[in-house]
Amino acid sequence: MKISSRTAQRIAKTLIWASALFVIVILLAIIIFILIKGVPEISWQFLTEIPRNMGRSGGISSSIVGTLLVTAVAVIIATPFGVGTAFYLTEYTREGKVTRIIRFSAESLSGIPSIVYGLFGFIFFVMYLKLGWSILSGGLTLAVMILPTIIRTSEEAIRTVSYQYREVSFSLGGTKWQTITRAVFPSAVRGIAVGVILGIGRCVAETAAVILTAGSALRMPESIFSPTRTMAEHFYILAREGISMEKAYGTAALLIIIIFIINVVANMLINRYVAKGH
Amino acid sequence: MKINKEKISGTIFLLIALSALSVLALITVFIFIKGVPIIAKVGFFDFVFGMVWDPGNGAFGIFPMIFGSVTVTLGAAVLGVPIAICCSIFLAEFAPAVLSNIVRPAIQLLAAIPSVVYGFWGLLFVVPAIRNHLGGPGLSILAGSIILAIMILPTIISIAEVSLLSLPRHYKEGAYALGLTQWQTIRSVLLPAAKSGIVAAIILGIGRAIGETMAVIMVLGNAVAIPQSILDPARTLTTNIGIEMGYASGDHQQALFATGIVLLVIVMILNAFAQYVTRRK
Repeated sequence: MKISSRTAQRIAKTLIWASALFVIVILLAIIIFILIKGVPEISWQFLTEIPRNMGRSGGISSSIVGTLLVTAVAVIIATPFGVGTAFYLTEYTREGKVTRIIRFSAESLSGIPSIVYGLFGFIFFVMYLKLGWSILSGGLTLAVMILPTIIRTSEEAIRTVSYQYREVSFSLGGTKWQTITRAVFPSAVRGIAVGVILGIGRCVAETAAVILTAGSALRMPESIFSPTRTMAEHFYILAREGISMEKAYGTAALLIIIIFIINVVANMLINRYVAKGH
Repeated sequence: MKINKEKISGTIFLLIALSALSVLALITVFIFIKGVPIIAKVGFFDFVFGMVWDPGNGAFGIFPMIFGSVTVTLGAAVLGVPIAICCSIFLAEFAPAVLSNIVRPAIQLLAAIPSVVYGFWGLLFVVPAIRNHLGGPGLSILAGSIILAIMILPTIISIAEVSLLSLPRHYKEGAYALGLTQWQTIRSVLLPAAKSGIVAAIILGIGRAIGETMAVIMVLGNAVAIPQSILDPARTLTTNIGIEMGYASGDHQQALFATGIVLLVIVMILNAFAQYVTRRK
């Protein structure tokens, strides 16, 4: 019972093509199902009214605002730290003990489950720093969560900047700070933006970490100290407690559309980056 | 003055760069501070190997959850890993440029879909399918494994693909020159050469599966008992925290943090292992 190498090649090729096809079919099955069920639910009222009757009627405007604010806090906090870390790793030091420790920390952070981030955010931001269930607590928790993503993508972007840029800048008498801000950063900014956009995507999609830190209030937030309920949380609560399938589908469809746009933008940035010859 | 300024900016960047380390330390310290007392009170052995979880009566044994996490994750690996490896081979070796430019962003999108959406989809399709065709309540280890298998695909595919693509060209050329078929080349030259990257990919995928919460909550049934078959419901470490954290207080809340410690330790070991495997090559 020995299979000839030709037959083996044919079987393997079929299986490999089939697996790729399977992945695409699954993706389409999920996206199309949610969109077909959910897009008809999205209307002007749905986007602009606040939820009424626990979310059974009305819209999801407060959740949309809450999601935007939580994400904004996360990105505003995480970006300077992430990009700064990437600059330190690439420009300020040689590979050694310090870089190894920093890389190990970032890698470990990226493996921590989001529910553990939620536990941490709850005990540290909500309880210990007494920020309560709030947009700020949720945003800070997400900032910690997306930090490794931003570090990694920024570092890759900075590494692709040709070394000549730095040499020219130094030869003109530029200091390290001038070289970084005027020569390296402008050429790496597109790649850094990709990291930030991917971070935004993770914030929008996250549920476990925000449910324990941002609360689940349905009213319109007044400030970043107000509790809120992000769209992903709202969808989860609607679906799990069976409050309203229609509103759940609508929220999920809106989430999918936002995630899709975020991914398309990130990809366009990457492609233009590649096309520019970096 | 100039030199001073340079020094200052260097120090500032170092401080910023230590942020990752600092938050990692903060996370570990705070979760341990909150969780260790209850482990000490119950006893490490009784906590980890205790079979009864009944917070109302002070029984905190998480073995059923550990068992649940391990079985659901193993199931996900059994179902997901072969598909993911095949798909990474497809992208690295078979796909024409046009196709890989469609498949690659599609896989990124798969990674970006909120986990609650996966759970919801599983609840509406996978759970009824299992109930109707295989029996049982449908909410089951099998349903959880199927959903997690899909969710870990992007992680494994992208890392495995990178390690296949980073192999030197002459490996493949040498193999073809010896008259090997494409599959023989992949099986006996490329896969063994990319082994460390692929193993790391699988470990990171497993780490992702064991840490997933929201999708699993919706399809697993969440019963605290050792399941008798893959068609029985189960509860994982993550879902235990996700379900009960909303209303827990006192010892009960501490026990959920202690569940978090166990989860954190498992994931850290997996991560360190993945990093070790990648570095060794």
